Amino acid sequence: MISIEQLCKVYQTKDRKIIGVDNVTMTVEKGEIFGIVGYSGAGKSSLLRCMNILERPTSGKVTLDGIDLLSLSPKELRTARQSIGMIFQGFHLAISKTVLENVAFALKASKVGRVERKRRALELLDLVGLSDKADQYPAQLSGGQKQRVSIARALANNPKVLLCDEATSALDPNTTQSILKLLKKINRELGLTIVLITHEMEVVKEICDRCAVMEEGRIVEEGKTYDMFAYPQNTLTKRFIQTVLDFNLPKELLEHSKGTIVHMKFTGKLAGESVVSDLLQNYEVRGNILHGKVDYIQNKALGTFVIELTGEDKEVQQAIESVRKKVEVEVLPHDGSVHHSAAGAE
Amino acid sequence: MMDQFITLLPELNKSFLETLIMVAIGLGVALIVGLPLGLLLFVTDRDLFLENKWIKGVTGVIVNLVRSVPFIILLVFLFPFTNFLVGTTTGPVAASVALSVAAIPFYARIVEASARDIDRGVIEAAIACGASPWLIIKDIIFPEIKSGLISGLTITAISLIGYSAMAGAIGGGGIGDLAIRYGYYRYDNFVMFTTVILLIVMVQVIQYVGDFLAKYVKKG
Ligand SMILES: Nc1ncnc2c1ncn2[C@@H]1O[C@H](COP(=O)(O)OP(=O)(O)O)[C@@H](O)[C@H]1O
Ligand SMILES: [Mg+2]
Repeated sequence: MISIEQLCKVYQTKDRKIIGVDNVTMTVEKGEIFGIVGYSGAGKSSLLRCMNILERPTSGKVTLDGIDLLSLSPKELRTARQSIGMIFQGFHLAISKTVLENVAFALKASKVGRVERKRRALELLDLVGLSDKADQYPAQLSGGQKQRVSIARALANNPKVLLCDEATSALDPNTTQSILKLLKKINRELGLTIVLITHEMEVVKEICDRCAVMEEGRIVEEGKTYDMFAYPQNTLTKRFIQTVLDFNLPKELLEHSKGTIVHMKFTGKLAGESVVSDLLQNYEVRGNILHGKVDYIQNKALGTFVIELTGEDKEVQQAIESVRKKVEVEVLPHDGSVHHSAAGAE
Repeated sequence: MMDQFITLLPELNKSFLETLIMVAIGLGVALIVGLPLGLLLFVTDRDLFLENKWIKGVTGVIVNLVRSVPFIILLVFLFPFTNFLVGTTTGPVAASVALSVAAIPFYARIVEASARDIDRGVIEAAIACGASPWLIIKDIIFPEIKSGLISGLTITAISLIGYSAMAGAIGGGGIGDLAIRYGYYRYDNFVMFTTVILLIVMVQVIQYVGDFLAKYVKKG
């Protein structure tokens, strides 16, 4: 669908060069939701904006459905842009236009006639659940509603792709959820390919089929969202995963613990409980569950258990070895540094 | 005093009309030439969709050049041009040539400044929609700055009243001319005060109407 080859974007300011995107090669498949995460300044927006040539790449190639976007004339590029919708963190609605007029503007850009413009704009507002707000001005809407209008505008010309630049970053958690649901619905019902960038791993966990982690203009890790959560390789990826799968055990509890604290990660179909009960039955150890949580990513379970094992040292060691064969295990130190050691779990 | 006023009335009427003609022509030209020029200055700016260093640079220099010449000097300097254009250098129509030349860059800068206040993101979103430059100017920039355009016209009109007094002093006619002829050269305080009051009322009315219209077109 979208293929990016050796893309570089260098910004030339008065006194220096700033690298926005550094040699990125990636593809987005038709119909998927692809997420790009990274801290602020990682180059996410630069990369996304190169996908519709809002920013002209310094070098490299951008193709959409086999069309080389960089070879197009200005007019051809405008037509190509009509098949690439885009939404922004700040919504970017024209404040002097009504909701309906904002949506209709995109249709004007593709030279749709007046009557048809209105019909289609109303249909789109219906899709995003704002039919009753057609004649209001953006100033009268909440953040979530504004984003819905901008989604309607982005979908006006039946695009093949929707680019989302931090689309939920300015919204509260509830509104974020509802916008993500809407994006997912659009993705499923219209088969629309979505590329979204965010600094929140939660967003990726919620809706992305695949994702990439970006740092200093480069993609440092890329894969299916579940795999990224279950088997992260890069340190930065692990840090992002932490923000979602985090658990905090009281420091005192760790310091005063007499046993061995074991952190287990269950992936896929493996049920956590049976592994734990087997362990307790087969070995002379006592277990005390300190933390347990199951996250569902792409409808697949990812479980995290933290158990304090007490008993003979040898017995405890054997017990740990036995589970190590089935799941990912890590023994946590007693100094309360769960955070860092967990981030380094292999 | 009433007598004085009645004797002055025909002259006052004539001067008032002349001032109106000068200001109206100046405003009209400002709108027809200054508005597109202001938009041109804006859209050719760095990082905008018709970015063009040359056009922006040359237009900017010309605009600044005209703006930096004191009006009274511009007026005299333009005499040959005025003569060529309207066949005379006296009267309100002749005076409006210089007034128009002064009003164009004045209004153009106001237009440019109001366009700069538009959220760049809105323009960017329009580009992302695949809109043509013309559609963006007509359908995004213009409606977004409509209110600023009217406030700008108000400011321009009021400046033009001031300039028109200067033009009047060297043969343009109008209220300024009246004030100088009677009030200044003949020490006639009555005429002086009457004309000043008339000018104050004119400015007030223009400001009031301008503010009202600017507010009226501002939606959302
Ligand atoms: N128009 C620009 N001019 C100069 N530098 C820029 C510009 N846009 C982005 N950058 C720089 O490029 C880098 C990547 O920015 P950006 O793509 O916005 O990152 P992100 O979206 O991940 O926060 C940053 O260092 C930023 O300062
Ligand atoms: Mg960004």
